[in-house]
Amino acid sequence: MKTMTGPDARPALSPEGPAPARRRGRGSRRGRGWVTAILFVLPALVLFALLVLAPILVAGYTSLYKWNGIGPPSNFVGLDNFTRLFASDIFVGDLRNGGILIVLGLLVQLPLSLGLAVMLNQRIRGRAFYRLLFFAPYMLSEAIIGVLFSLILSPEAGLANRMLVSWGLEPWTWLSEPDTVMFSLFLVITWKYFGFHMILYLAGLQGIPRELSEAARIDGAGSWNVFRHVTLPLLGPTIRVSVFLSIIGTIQLFDLVWILTGGGPSHASETMAVSMFEYGFKRSQIGYSSAISVVMFLISLVFALGYQRFVLRRDLEGASTTMGDRR
Amino acid sequence: MIARLRTFPIHAIIWVAAVFIVVPFLYGLLGGFKTSDQLSGNPLGLPSPWVTGNYTDVILSGTFWRQFLNSLFVAVVTTVLVVGLSAMAAFAFARFAFRGREFLFTLFAIGLMFPFAVAILPLFVLLRTFGLLDNPLGVILPQAAFGLPLTVIILRTFFRSIPREVEEAAIIDGCTPFGFFWRVLLPIARPALATVSVLAIVASWNNFFLPLVVLNDPNLWTLPLGVQQFQGEYMADTARILAYVIVSMVPALAFYAVAERQLISGLTAGATKG
Repeated sequence: MKTMTGPDARPALSPEGPAPARRRGRGSRRGRGWVTAILFVLPALVLFALLVLAPILVAGYTSLYKWNGIGPPSNFVGLDNFTRLFASDIFVGDLRNGGILIVLGLLVQLPLSLGLAVMLNQRIRGRAFYRLLFFAPYMLSEAIIGVLFSLILSPEAGLANRMLVSWGLEPWTWLSEPDTVMFSLFLVITWKYFGFHMILYLAGLQGIPRELSEAARIDGAGSWNVFRHVTLPLLGPTIRVSVFLSIIGTIQLFDLVWILTGGGPSHASETMAVSMFEYGFKRSQIGYSSAISVVMFLISLVFALGYQRFVLRRDLEGASTTMGDRR
Repeated sequence: MIARLRTFPIHAIIWVAAVFIVVPFLYGLLGGFKTSDQLSGNPLGLPSPWVTGNYTDVILSGTFWRQFLNSLFVAVVTTVLVVGLSAMAAFAFARFAFRGREFLFTLFAIGLMFPFAVAILPLFVLLRTFGLLDNPLGVILPQAAFGLPLTVIILRTFFRSIPREVEEAAIIDGCTPFGFFWRVLLPIARPALATVSVLAIVASWNNFFLPLVVLNDPNLWTLPLGVQQFQGEYMADTARILAYVIVSMVPALAFYAVAERQLISGLTAGATKG
């Protein structure tokens, strides 16, 4: 308070001074409130509407046309692009590939992240270092990591096969064969992202009071039972968010796939975003490509809303009561 | 001793994971010090002799620095824009009661679920119409727009946590809403602003898809795009590509070392509150 000098330092204790001023201030603010508030929201809203909402509407519109992107779209084809889409082996393959990556992520990557988080949550020597190390790949661009791994996994001179051969094993096909490409892709995804999920779990674990697991131990629970019946349920909200982020991230996967395989060999690793890019930017089938965008959007939207509604509901109940109140 | 034995399997597993993470980095780092012939004969061993030419070529080349500066420019402008606009919007959402507030906020929140990839094709069409292709703004504006939802949500939560008394005191002292926002709220919110800024910088720095679509002119390429194109250009010279990859990683890793705290707190804020 000592620093309050100049015009702001008014005699606050004069009997009539502050109270009416305050009432007037609030009253006038309520009158102008709407205008002021909208002025504050407007710039963000304009940008958001123009570059987030409008593109999605534009995609919906152009998906109804056969259009090569030159001149205004004129050849209206109704839902033809969509029927073509679902009859296309490539697109159905995209959906299957996305599904494979989601399932592998949930069954392999997230449990791995959780396991490492639990281990690093104990007093282990060097755990700050390990945390830093495991999270480092998340900081790097998918594009740069894609280039690095395309060299590591290249069939002839790549590091991976060199090591296999030097251990007396057969070289593997990695990204070059349809049978192995998805597994190899998943390996790179795991390399980049498990540290991120691990950090989420670690933050969640740190929110669980140690007394709880200690109490369970005193009651005779073994390590596994403590984990299964104390840690895991309390980690529920974190796990649900991590699952959500993992799935939403997989739905829009592009950079890594584009650089590592371009969707190949023979579309075996293609994702929806890669198909969309291929048709839209390489073959100028903008209408068809827009239809892929629309389907991606609908899948994300239905998944996100359904997930919020049925899975995150429990977690959001506390939050929505604060969201519902007036301030 | 017994405690050591008990934690041995844990150490072993963590070690395996650490090796899994480190080996690709090490391969790149050491590979950059080899010639491509050395590299194919001896992929993971120490270079002999150590060749510094790949690294010095990259560091002394204008290409790397130009791409670095392009990335930096795009990241800084994106961040200023997204944090500035979000702070204003979050202020209105947090501290005004106005009609349509919940609707508008929900609109922004839903934006969180739109994958960037969904919008990229129509964005391209729009940017072409506005003449923003081959223009850094063509990357900056969409990045800022897609960064809004998360930033608005985090900042609104923070602004709501500031006691009403602070605002009332400021109004008594004659602050206009903008004065309160500018001179009181933003300085108090510095930690939250740092967090969202770090998130915005990282997202922009690593963006590949949008620059790939928008920027054709090599003089405008950002680092991720530059690295990918470099690989195409020097197809056979693996060692040189590795050097470029490693040098391109340095700014992001250095930033990580400096801003780790803000980054982790920003990323985990949403996930653990429940």
